[in-house]
Amino acid sequence: MNNSVKNTVSRRKFLQYSGLTGAALILGVSGNHASGATTVTNLSNLDEGYNLSPYVVIEKSGKITIFNTKPEMGQGTFQSIPALIAEELELAPGQFTVLQTGGEKKFGNEQAAGGSYSVRSSYETLRKVGAAAREMLVSAASKQWNVSAKECYAEFGRVFHKPSGRSLGYGELVEAAATLDVPENPRLKDPKDFRMLGKPSKRPDIPLKVSGKAVFGIDTEVPGMVYASIERCPVFGAALTDFNPAGALKVTGVEQVIPVERVFGNYKTTGVAVVAANYWAALKGRKALKINWDYRGNEKFNSPDYTQYLRDLAVNEGITDVNTGDFDAVYAGADKKVEAFYETPFVAHATMEPMNCTAHWKENNQLEIWASTQVPSDIMNEIPAMFGISADDVTLHTCFNGGGFGRRLAIDFVVEAVSLSQKIRKPVKVIWTREDDMQLGPFRPPTFSSFRAALSPDGKLTAFQHKVIAPTILSFLMPQQDKTKVDETMVEGISRQAYEIPNMKNTFVYADCPAPLLWWRSVTSSTLAFSHECFLDELAHKAGKNPLDFRMEMLTKDSDTRRVLQKLRAVSNWDAPLPAGRGRGIAQWDFFAGLAGQVIEVTRLSDNSVRIDKVYVVIDLGTVVNPDTVKSQMESAVVMGISAAVKKGITFANGKAEQSNFHDSPVPRITESPEVVVHILAEGGSTIKGVGEPGLPPVAPALANAIFNATGIRLRKMPFDLDDLRE
Amino acid sequence: MTKYTLDINGKKVQVEAEPDTPMLWVIRDYAGLKGTKFGCGLGLCGACTVHLNGQPVRSCSTPVSDIKKNDKITTIEGISDNLDHVVQQAWIEEQVPQCGYCQSGQIMSAVALLKAIPQPTDDDIDTYMSGNICRCGTYNRMRKAIHRAAAMQKGK
Repeated sequence: MNNSVKNTVSRRKFLQYSGLTGAALILGVSGNHASGATTVTNLSNLDEGYNLSPYVVIEKSGKITIFNTKPEMGQGTFQSIPALIAEELELAPGQFTVLQTGGEKKFGNEQAAGGSYSVRSSYETLRKVGAAAREMLVSAASKQWNVSAKECYAEFGRVFHKPSGRSLGYGELVEAAATLDVPENPRLKDPKDFRMLGKPSKRPDIPLKVSGKAVFGIDTEVPGMVYASIERCPVFGAALTDFNPAGALKVTGVEQVIPVERVFGNYKTTGVAVVAANYWAALKGRKALKINWDYRGNEKFNSPDYTQYLRDLAVNEGITDVNTGDFDAVYAGADKKVEAFYETPFVAHATMEPMNCTAHWKENNQLEIWASTQVPSDIMNEIPAMFGISADDVTLHTCFNGGGFGRRLAIDFVVEAVSLSQKIRKPVKVIWTREDDMQLGPFRPPTFSSFRAALSPDGKLTAFQHKVIAPTILSFLMPQQDKTKVDETMVEGISRQAYEIPNMKNTFVYADCPAPLLWWRSVTSSTLAFSHECFLDELAHKAGKNPLDFRMEMLTKDSDTRRVLQKLRAVSNWDAPLPAGRGRGIAQWDFFAGLAGQVIEVTRLSDNSVRIDKVYVVIDLGTVVNPDTVKSQMESAVVMGISAAVKKGITFANGKAEQSNFHDSPVPRITESPEVVVHILAEGGSTIKGVGEPGLPPVAPALANAIFNATGIRLRKMPFDLDDLRE
Repeated sequence: MTKYTLDINGKKVQVEAEPDTPMLWVIRDYAGLKGTKFGCGLGLCGACTVHLNGQPVRSCSTPVSDIKKNDKITTIEGISDNLDHVVQQAWIEEQVPQCGYCQSGQIMSAVALLKAIPQPTDDDIDTYMSGNICRCGTYNRMRKAIHRAAAMQKGK
């Protein structure tokens, strides 16, 4: 097994492992990371059972291991998280090994990658871990040399005595350092002295990924392992009536046919698993199954009806999210009123690595799991509870994720594999086909938006309403959603916005949905930014103003949004006229994950077709850890944003998804990737913002606004076909 | 079940498989070379790209029975021993991969492109690489890396 997914089982084994080469300095953090109430403790001699989270191990041999708690799915945590420790510990990138954690209690309950939260939630905490270790090693050296610690410093894995030039490696010092008290408030480096943080750094996972050696979940190999493919009813929410396994069992290599449950929050369905000696046999066996399903009325779920259902819901006033000033009165009395309605589709995540999981339920009821997952902590919390075992009996190997985008925040595919292995008592690898991935969800929910606004005679926005009509993700994830209150995850970014609007009333209307729903990269902002920032563009044009000036007039106070737009104006040459036939559009979005703005330039090719030429991105971070990773994340978000804006989403007929693979639910290819110019605003300050998601929400509105600028066609419905644009 | 002797990365590999088994699963689960990936099963995404006698093919749509006696199969594991292929070097230099799942297939397509057209234009790159999907959207970096690899190859 590749060392990147090597795992440690329990604290006992952990100590045995590090004890192989003698004394080890094990430093960790206990306490609640999010609250900032963090203390660094020396864990070398702590009793078993203490809530530990040791992130760095230094062995006598000089070998240094840093544990990464944030799963790597392309966003660069395999570099950025260990770098926080290594920077303070004065290590160069090649001087340590990175191991991925598997949800073990000692690493805390935040072993998860989501919400663009990994770096910002770890920035202070992990630097403190590195700094404490550095101070202990320096102190150990100074004691050994009988000199003042002030005359010593650490650099590249050694401690030096400045006056004499003597030095000792960390491995030589670790035994003595481990006996010292951990400094409560180690001195953090001045950012101007950073060697790695804030500078472009090469990622350690990349050599593995260009040689085929990176181990993804699907690459798991366990002795005695069998393979399974599961037929789940394509009609959402259907129940299994009965099945005939005879045809499947005739296929060479097929061993067993067994019903197995998929559990995604409240959404529970039973499928039929074909277990075989090899995956091809499992697939062939699956095709030979005869199954009767009870559709329970869900076969009536059709996209045109569902669209009409959401439109009809818009007549409802909805539950108030925010109500400032007096929208009703100002709107009623206004001379210039503008209304618009926007629609967005369901989409699939379509990670390149299809969902899969390998599980081994052993005879002694010990369970071992190998998975590409964004949420090791959730697996370790939920699987033991579901299967009635102790977390101590579960070992999870967190593998490299072949894409996440939110899909791997769910553990439905893990539950299936565990449940199957429990029944057959063999290690089993369950692999979803691409068709399963595209058709079974969970999907990104559609949001429909109904707008009303009033403009003053001098073209200022005086009253504004954004009503969101949508089914909710939480209705699948919470036992019982309280539908008398606004689901804040479905209105994110629209109420706590920087625009100074005197009278604003935003509301939310709940919709039902039979298809399971989940977070999709940038979540509801991936659709709300489109409607919101396009409608503002409409208002700017109605007011006879430049869309950027119109926005700046609503940003009189200093704010991050204001700075982003100012920077965008400069870097995109916003005020320089474009040649005939070209157009540009602007959008920005501030939400839970962070803040970014974009200007997109397009060329009109014919009356109803355009080409995307260039995308300018400004992202506001406060502090940046790896600017090259930030750039690649912006490039990535632009392509995925284009995918959501212009590629066919998922539609439904007779209860089933109508698309099945990349031919009928395409994603952008190399020919559709425009030039992307990225500017990072990282001017210090206490707030660190996220990276993985903020580049996505502005894409669709900036593009639609650019298309309006170039063609006069106002797009109010995603997706739009760049080759055949219609209002 | 039928016995096959395959030449994968210059090594003879004996497997016993059903004739319709796609090479993808033979390479991954019989020969144990996991660098070649399953993405779509229909030859649409290119994650499973390997070389058959130097030509890029989609191993998910190539049954093992199609492999002839003297055919040579090359996978990502076979293009270099120590990451020293110019394409791998360029990929590292440009920091191309994100999640990395599609990259074996991307690299196999790029290697074939540079063999066929040592100094490719952007249009050549579009033609050769448009069969490979990258959901992370690393396309611009791949384009830069291919130009870089072409320059490195010329300098060698």
